[in-house]
Amino acid sequence: MLQYTARRLLSSIPVLIGILVVTFLLARLIPGDACHAILGEHATAAACERFDRANGLDRPITVQFVIYMGRMLQGDFGDSIRFSRPVSLILVERLPVTIELSLSALAIALVIGIPAGIVAAVRHNSSTDVATMVGANIGVSMPVFWLGLMLAYVFALLLKDTPFALPPSARLTAGMSAVPFYQVFGWQVVKGSSLEQFLEFFANLYIFNSILTSQWEVLGDAIKHLILPSVALSTIPASIIARITRSSLLEVLGLEYIRAARAKGMPERTVIFKHALRNALLPVVTVIGLQLGGLLGGAVLTETIFGLAGVGRILFEAITARDYPIIQAFTVVIAVGYVTVNLIVDLSYTFLDPRLRLT
Amino acid sequence: MTVQTPPRESSGNVALVPRESGPVSMGRTTWRRLWRRRSALVGMAILGLLVFVALFAPWIAPYDPIEPLIGIEPVKRREPPCIHWLGCPRDRPQHLMGIDGNVRDLFSRVVFGSRISLMIGMTTVGFAIVVGTILGAVAGYLGGGVDNTIMRVMDVLLAFPSLLLAIAIVAVLGPGLVNALLAIGIVSIPAYARVMRASVLSVKEMDFVMASRALGAGWVWILARSVLPNALTPLIVVGTLGIATAILDAAALSFLGLGAQHPTPEWGSMLGLERNQVFSAPHLVFFPGLAIMLTVLGFNLLGDGLRDALDPRLGHGGQAK
Repeated sequence: MLQYTARRLLSSIPVLIGILVVTFLLARLIPGDACHAILGEHATAAACERFDRANGLDRPITVQFVIYMGRMLQGDFGDSIRFSRPVSLILVERLPVTIELSLSALAIALVIGIPAGIVAAVRHNSSTDVATMVGANIGVSMPVFWLGLMLAYVFALLLKDTPFALPPSARLTAGMSAVPFYQVFGWQVVKGSSLEQFLEFFANLYIFNSILTSQWEVLGDAIKHLILPSVALSTIPASIIARITRSSLLEVLGLEYIRAARAKGMPERTVIFKHALRNALLPVVTVIGLQLGGLLGGAVLTETIFGLAGVGRILFEAITARDYPIIQAFTVVIAVGYVTVNLIVDLSYTFLDPRLRLT
Repeated sequence: MTVQTPPRESSGNVALVPRESGPVSMGRTTWRRLWRRRSALVGMAILGLLVFVALFAPWIAPYDPIEPLIGIEPVKRREPPCIHWLGCPRDRPQHLMGIDGNVRDLFSRVVFGSRISLMIGMTTVGFAIVVGTILGAVAGYLGGGVDNTIMRVMDVLLAFPSLLLAIAIVAVLGPGLVNALLAIGIVSIPAYARVMRASVLSVKEMDFVMASRALGAGWVWILARSVLPNALTPLIVVGTLGIATAILDAAALSFLGLGAQHPTPEWGSMLGLERNQVFSAPHLVFFPGLAIMLTVLGFNLLGDGLRDALDPRLGHGGQAK
């Protein structure tokens, strides 16, 4: 068990290094230079030289790489070329938006996907089963950007004057703002300190922040704004989770120990929820980890449609503006996050399934 | 495409065994099993329709997909659909899906879009299968350092969310349909490399491979003749499902303005161009998106059906489990 954990941890190191290398190369290979992208098409050679020197872009590429690696390992992401602000500050602003969106989408996917899968498996071959699977097939084929736009059309325009109306953009209604929890609690935090940034990061998770500080009005408004984007984003994972839950539960229900449990007269409910489901949910856990990448990709599209200033959106803009520090930092953060989640998923296996502890 | 050929005797020893239990080719059992699965049938029907529309696009589409109708017909920009048997006045020209932002018939553009979507699916997956299969086969067969290097690179590729990596690659190559296809192709290589490597590992030590090695066959020959046929089944399944993902991702890239460029009738870019008009002209967003969804659904259903039909664990006879 310990050995497995150690081996799994070690094997992710080359991947992490690879991520850093690929990110650096990708950012540098993007055609056109940062100078012209930021200062404008007609920037003079002298201005560009000054610009390159100021941003360390005049050094040989190998030197730039070494500096970049050193900084990344220390968690120093440099300053954004376009915004002239530390990238870490931008991360603090943007990352929570995407985390909130992805987590709520994942929550919706779980709440819909797992029960749907269970019902479909328990009533195997019934009309409920067929309907669920038809729904799941349509769900995985759904272009997120199309669903998002259509939801916006229906809920923001057609249902405008009904209680079901939902806002199609932004995180909060104009004029409303969430007071960060550390200010509500009256904590003395030095302005601009890394502690403040750290706290600000959590404060930017509006739902978390407003629950913590009982700002119920803000909470309601934030949830209202989050419904459409997260429903759009959740369709694909919800469908995949429903399918996996169903097929995995069907497989488990055909096993001997389930037969034994039924044979001794155990109520069907107990058989399914206590005995079958536990084993059946193992593959579901893996799929949840794998869905995270899809969620982040989908977040770019959802954020574009619903005007959310999240990670996906800024990364897309940074690529078009050749803002290297932002591209590097955000890509690395996303990829590392993705690798970490999958590592946790792998390791959680050994806790969920005692049989794996021996190997 | 949805026509099933009647079973025919395929080998010489049919006379010796009753016809029903005679040797049945894998292709034919697969067909038979696919035929019994309703979802696979629906998938094939959708794809059959799609191929039909793509092949006969110039005859089906009533208008040119690129030329504006200015001066040809008295229609306005972003006019909603006008369908005669749904009550649209007979003296108005019929436009099944309405008029787009450049005064073109949307239906004609959607019809021509089917060609591009099929092309996208086939080329990206074809490219990814060829490269992925070679990489996976080499990694699995040679093992050791080569295996480690190739598979670690694949791990790194898999560590990025695929759409984000595709966006980054397109940024490097420059926007455009061909570059978008290349990006999606590159992003999907690891899936095929993994499938191929696993198949190679599973048959590498088997007797028939040993035998051909003993006969002096070179490793390229062994891979092509003994190993590849064994890996074909999973590759076909992953490939069919991969086409669905590729079409979806390509549409997303075009939606963001990184894929197909303006006059090209590509569904994703049609949707992206008109997305700000969703409140005033929802039909311009609805129809291209519906086309994407149906196409992707077709490939997903067929892929699922193939997986069930080709999976030996489900046993013979093709009974749906």
